[in-house]
Order: sequence, then structure tokens, then C-alpha cells
Amino acid sequence: MLHYDFMRTAFAAAGIVALVAGPIGYFLVLRGQTFAGHALAHVGFTGATGAILFGLSPLAGLVLLTVAAGIGMGFLGERLAQRDVAIGIVLALALGLGLLFLHYFTAFATQATALLFGNVLAVDIDTVWTLFILGAVSLAVLAVISRPLLFASVQPELAVAKGVPVRALSVIFLAIVALATAECAQIVGVLLVFALMVGPAATAQRLTKNIASGVGLAVVLALAEAWLGITLAFYTDWPTSFWIAALSAAGYFLAILPWERWVKRRAPKEIITSKTSVPEALASTDSRPVS
Amino acid sequence: MNALEFANVSVDLGGRAVLADVSFTIGDHEFVGVLGPNGSGKTTLLRAALGIVPVSHGSITVLGAPAVPGNPAIGYMPQVRSKVDTLRLSGWDFVAVVVNGHRFGLPYLGKEGRKEVDWALDMVGARDLAKRPLAETSGGERQRLLLAQALVGHPKLLLLDEPLISLDPNHQRAVVQLTKRLQTELRISVLFSSHELNPLLGALDRVLYLGHGQAALGTVDKVITGPVLSRLYGSPIDVVHIGSRIFVMSGEHDVERDHHRHNHAEHGHHAPL
Repeated sequence: MLHYDFMRTAFAAAGIVALVAGPIGYFLVLRGQTFAGHALAHVGFTGATGAILFGLSPLAGLVLLTVAAGIGMGFLGERLAQRDVAIGIVLALALGLGLLFLHYFTAFATQATALLFGNVLAVDIDTVWTLFILGAVSLAVLAVISRPLLFASVQPELAVAKGVPVRALSVIFLAIVALATAECAQIVGVLLVFALMVGPAATAQRLTKNIASGVGLAVVLALAEAWLGITLAFYTDWPTSFWIAALSAAGYFLAILPWERWVKRRAPKEIITSKTSVPEALASTDSRPVS
Repeated sequence: MNALEFANVSVDLGGRAVLADVSFTIGDHEFVGVLGPNGSGKTTLLRAALGIVPVSHGSITVLGAPAVPGNPAIGYMPQVRSKVDTLRLSGWDFVAVVVNGHRFGLPYLGKEGRKEVDWALDMVGARDLAKRPLAETSGGERQRLLLAQALVGHPKLLLLDEPLISLDPNHQRAVVQLTKRLQTELRISVLFSSHELNPLLGALDRVLYLGHGQAALGTVDKVITGPVLSRLYGSPIDVVHIGSRIFVMSGEHDVERDHHRHNHAEHGHHAPL
């Protein structure tokens, strides 16, 4: 499978995007802003279709409009960024506008499908480089702001009192979320950004209560789901995005099942007292979704 | 050095004078209960001391320096704990995010930082909570972790905003006793806001009672009296002692208040403190 150029390119692109989506998704889930990330992806659809209409590169339009929307959302404040109705309406408007742009450029029907659902096997080497640079920028910025961002995400009120620039961090963070969203959209499309960015991170947060291992696990899961998805697509000829979305969902639902209760019911007592075999986070009987 | 000084401080929020020309001085190693009806400015007063609420007039001095955000000598427990209920982080990580949390860079703690987290957890007796996810702790346990967060950085002044809210009487007592122990052991000052006076009675040195933009600071005997509280509430107030407990009642008639004071325990309106 790896002797095909397009497969190697696909693995490289998916690998880069997974490395970026893992840590950024972790913070997105921690901050309870997953829906905002979802909406940014939809705004990206407007950007990409608009760019096509004006003869620009769809990726450029996608990146520009998502980052602008991310910064705007950040300035409107965390409260609005978490307001479901406002975000949902913007999201619908973005898709509607995207449709309007396509209406004037009907030749690009296949491009629409690629934007909406991704087409990682069609990614070219130039796009891989663009993804690499955008990803490196996102991760570098995240690394610089990660400590105060973590503080502001977990205890915003205390962070303000300690002099942390919470509002500015929120704006910067949503800008890099927008970049990451634009990256993910290249692999799984704007509609399935959740699968790469939120699924692995949310699963990781169910499985470990430690921040460092949570971020690490989110990266590993994103990478595994992306590469396994491409591999399965190669052998089944089903769409890659379907496989990534399916793996992402499977991972999350496996993680939130009450394993501990079932183990307790069946296993002899000695095994229950030594919890080592079952990840402790699975002990949770509460199955509230993280996002 | 005085822990906290307000000199003719006025704070306006949304066109309303929350504090109007308020002056008081809180000394070293004092445990002060901040009391007053809802909306009397308890939270605003604490946030003004933190330097995160603009003061329209007057000056605030904290431990000898003007109030500015990010003063490491102040520990703070906010009243709004929006994120805490759903977090799946361990108690240890929850406290660790505060260590040097204002500095840019990766959240790597180092030996010193880890020692600080362990110390704060030990001070509140929360070592056993360190490994559990926050979402699975009880209200009382969460309060101890929030106190541990406030202790990070070895503050000289603790500002605690309603630590007793939504706790049952047993846990309320435990939190007050713990705070009192921290205050005496670490030789620090504590401002402890509450809408109930009675759980604090054994621990308090003085009370700072707020109402109608005004403040009265003094011992319980001096401040929790009919005349002082009537001025702060802007309506006639009775103070009723039952055993070791104190009730603040708002009566309808002056005569009744003056001559049948104790009957109010049965049929007066209980003003929430």
C-alpha cells in the first residue's frame, strides 16, 4: 500500500493533522468549546467556496475565514463562544452561504463533496507542506500560551485575579483552533472535523485524569484513528472519512462504557481490589458526555 | 503591616453604587467574616481588593501596596466555580494549574512546583483527593481543593468568597474549622464572606457587615446590633440571641421591635444574612 505516492502523501498529511488536532482538541474539550470548533469548520466551508468563486485557493479561503471567525468569537467572549443557539445559527448561515457560492460555480460539485467530507487521498505534496507549516505555527503558539491557557481553562475566575490575560488567551486560542480546524478539514472535511479534533481528545479525557498523559493519549488516538482509517479505506474502498469518524466514535463509546461495573460483577474479589488492569477513569459510572 | 485598607472607596457597577465611600482597616492575622444581604457587595469588595474591579473613588491598600491584579500575596477562592463540576482532572492537577499559572510556556512544574502543590494539599488535608477525578468529589472535598488552590504561592491574605454555599451544616463547620486552623498556623489574615453568621461565630475575630453601599467593621457584639444593622439594611432590624446563635430579623413596627423583641423568633421575618 505504501508504494503508492498518493498513499504516502495521505499518511503524511493525516499524521501532521493528527499531531496538531490531539493537543488542540484536548484544550478545546477541557474548555467546553467543542461546538465552537464545529462551527468554525462550517465557517471554513464558506471561506473555501468563496475562494473558489473568486478564483483563489480553497485552502487559503478556508484558513483566512476560520481564523477571522475564531478571533471574532474570541473577542465576543467565552460566554458567547459557548452559547449554543448563536453558534448554531452562525453555523447554518455559513453552510447556506457556502451553498450560494457553489450555486454560482456549479462546475465544482466534486469540490463541494471534498470540502464537506474530505478527500485525503487527493492531497498533493504542496498541501502537505502547507499543512506542516500551519501545524507547526499552531503548535508553537499553543506551547507558548499553554500554561496560562490551562489555568484560564480550569479556573477562569482565579486566573483573572492572578493577572492572567484570560480574554486575550481566549482570542489567541480560538485563532489556533481555527487553524487546526482548517487542517482537519483537509483530511476529513468540514462536517467531520469533530471526528479528528474532538473524538480523540474527549476519549483521552475519559481515560486519564492527568493532563500530560491526556494530551499524549489524544495525540496517539488521533494518529491511530487517522492512519488506521486510511488503511481500512485502502483495503475496503470505503471513504476514509467514514472510517476515521467510525473509529473516533468507537473509541469514545468504548471509553465511556461502565467497564468497571461489569468487571466487578463477573470477576473474583482479588482482581477487583487491584485496579491496575482497568484504567481508573473507566471506574466512572457517570456517562455524561464531555462536550 | 495591615492586611487590607479601604480608604473612602466607592465602586459603581452598571450605574449602581455598590460601595459608597467605604473605609476600614483589617490588621495582621485577623479572621474577618464579610456579611450582608444578597447584592450588598461582598463579592465586589473582595474583587476590588484583588484589583479586578475598577474603583471610582478612594484607594485600596493590600499588605502595604496598591491593589493590582496578580498580587502573589493574596490567595483567592472565587464564588463562581463554573468549570469545576464537569472537570475530569485529578485533584492534584487541579491545584497544579495554579502554580506559576500566569507565566507563559509549557506547564512543566519542576521540583519546586510539585513541592508547592503537595504542601497546599497537605495543608487542607486533601492528599487523599489528589488522585481522584474532580467530577467525582463531594461538595466538601471540592471546597478543600479550592482552598488548596488559594494557598498556592504561600499567600499572606486569603479572600474566600462564600465557601459555605451549598454545604450542609457538618461540612460548613469543617470548612470553617479548617480555615481557622490555616489562619492561625500560617499566621495570615482571612476575609471569609458568607450569607450566614452562625457557622462563623467561633472562628471570627471581627465582622465586616455590608449593606446599602455602607460597611461596618467590628466585633460581633458591636456590629451585630439592631441600630447598626438597621442603618445598613435601611429598614428596622432586630437582633435576636437564642443560646449561642444570633438571628437578624426585620420587624414591621418600631414599637414591636422595642418591646417584644424576643417574640420575633417565632413570627418575625428571617432576613437572610
